[in-house]
Amino acid sequence: MNTVVLLKRVPDLVEDLEVDSSGTALDSEHLKLTLNEFDDHALEQALLLKEGGGGEVTAVALDSEDVDKMLFTALAKGADRALKITGTGAVNGTSELAEVFAQALGSVNYDLVLTGVQASDDIDGQLAPTVAAKLSVPCIEVITGVEAGDGSVTVHKEYAGGVLAEFEMTLPGVLGIQAAAQSPRYAPVSKVRQIQDSATLDEVAGAGGDNGKFSIVVMTPPETGEGAQMLESVEELIAVLDSKGVI
Amino acid sequence: MSQDVLVVAEHGQGKFDDITFEMLGAGKALAAQTGGACVVALIGGSDLASQLGAADKVVTVDGEGLENFNPESHSAALAAIVESTSPRVVMIGYTSMGMDLASALSVKADMALAASCLEVQAGDTVTAVSQLYGGKLNVKTDLGAGPCVVSMLAGSSPADAGKGDGAPATETVAAPATDGKVRFVRLIEPEAGDVDITAQDILVAIGRGIGTKDDIEVAEELAEELDAAIAASRPIVDSGWLPKNRQVGKSGVKVTPKVYIALGISGAPEHIEGMKGAATIIAINTDKNAPIFNVAHYGMVEDLFDVCEELTEELQDR
Ligand SMILES: Cc1cc2nc3c(=O)[nH]c(=O)nc-3n(C[C@H](O)[C@H](O)[C@H](O)COP(=O)(O)OP(=O)(O)OC[C@H]3O[C@@H](n4cnc5c(N)ncnc54)[C@H](O)[C@@H]3O)c2cc1C
Repeated sequence: MNTVVLLKRVPDLVEDLEVDSSGTALDSEHLKLTLNEFDDHALEQALLLKEGGGGEVTAVALDSEDVDKMLFTALAKGADRALKITGTGAVNGTSELAEVFAQALGSVNYDLVLTGVQASDDIDGQLAPTVAAKLSVPCIEVITGVEAGDGSVTVHKEYAGGVLAEFEMTLPGVLGIQAAAQSPRYAPVSKVRQIQDSATLDEVAGAGGDNGKFSIVVMTPPETGEGAQMLESVEELIAVLDSKGVI
Repeated sequence: MSQDVLVVAEHGQGKFDDITFEMLGAGKALAAQTGGACVVALIGGSDLASQLGAADKVVTVDGEGLENFNPESHSAALAAIVESTSPRVVMIGYTSMGMDLASALSVKADMALAASCLEVQAGDTVTAVSQLYGGKLNVKTDLGAGPCVVSMLAGSSPADAGKGDGAPATETVAAPATDGKVRFVRLIEPEAGDVDITAQDILVAIGRGIGTKDDIEVAEELAEELDAAIAASRPIVDSGWLPKNRQVGKSGVKVTPKVYIALGISGAPEHIEGMKGAATIIAINTDKNAPIFNVAHYGMVEDLFDVCEELTEELQDR
């Protein structure tokens, strides 16, 4: 089974996010990007499927700052091929991104497409079901388990309260991965460097991606209401616990 | 296009999820702005229609393969309802089921979409406020005149506003055929665990800030002093450090303890969904901008290990 993993870089939420002077975009000067954590799970799940039953794993991403390092890291972890989509310029939102990915997949031989269940900047919906609809193939979101079958996969989709639904899906198809069967593996820096010297990234010119149907009016930090009362010491914390009658 | 608001009901195992009534309340308020009706799309389970008294109309699709949620057949059924009712706004839950439906509908019916919404307004155009970036920013979007899709965060409106005892008119749309590429097999209930965290007075909840599995001990020692149980955010459970029955949030459980102490939890919307009903929330986080402080009643910008160790010692001395 040949698996394609769609990887996306998102703002690192550990850093402070600043809105620029237009009020409608993040200030790129202060922006640190990182791999969407759920895409990392999607890559891990793809590698596990390959280790369990063979096939190739192709990691695909849009050209952006530091994307080469991210793709070499995917190769170092065990992906067979990395494909960089170049020349698209700014892509606005999930629908445009999905269009670009869908067009690029035209040149790739795949049975299964995996990507993260969501990203923290998904303004106009999730990548997995959007790409699937554009490719006219089936899709299931919020997946925590994948088993390869003959021309199909058996998957677990997660609902509230930890209830799982088991589905069978005929391939080709797309899955939005919530969590891989194990924590995403780590590629040592030395191995990434070694791959960087020996492997190459494939490139394909991007197409599509001007079909966005929304515009951003304003981005603001959430209103905090009263906000939390800030405590300065453990004594103050003990006083709070005392007043709530729990100690 | 009509001026109607179509609310997509969500149900499982014979009952509606809260999100259905939350959206019905929000959908009625939105329909008052558009001047249209608030219509509910009920896919499978048409016998539940009588519980939708607050709706102006209920449109059902029923048939084989719709008893249990199926992304393929439910998407097709929703598309058929949208085609027959031609609404201005379709409201879908930002839930596991809704994630399958909203994006697919937006592509297939060529409708604008805003996801993870807290609120929606309609004037000449439809605007929505989405909670994004792990709860760190709200993004207001303009979706144009319509038709459009909004997927609503659980807990963004009160469920009571969507309950009523009217008897809305019911209409039936025929179930469309599908390719059968997605097949429902079975539901798997979670295993009952050692502790029921929904039944505790005090929860000490740990997040990724705890760092390593071995360090959970620090929180456990505090929990023991407080007579509390240990709960966790999703990454802790996904890492296999604690069992699933300890997970609080969207895909975990909803808890309402007297006191919820969040240690190293950022406060992503999916986590907050599960614990915002706690009577007192105390958050300890090194990031002063962590969204958890927006829902906490008390906060400390400190290293969780320093606080845990000092607090445990103080409690031991009492
Ligand atoms: C469909 C879906 C369902 C989901 N369901 C759930 C769910 O049920 N429950 C859930 O929790 N999540 C759920 N999530 C995941 C959610 O989006 C977040 O990824 C998750 O809640 C983040 O967990 P966290 O706060 O522990 O980690 P992070 O967001 O990584 O936050 C760690 C925090 O620890 C702080 N920190 C670090 N070191 C220290 C220290 N030494 N002392 C104090 N603070 C420190 C950091 O400042 C940071 O704020 C779901 C996601 C999806 C897509």
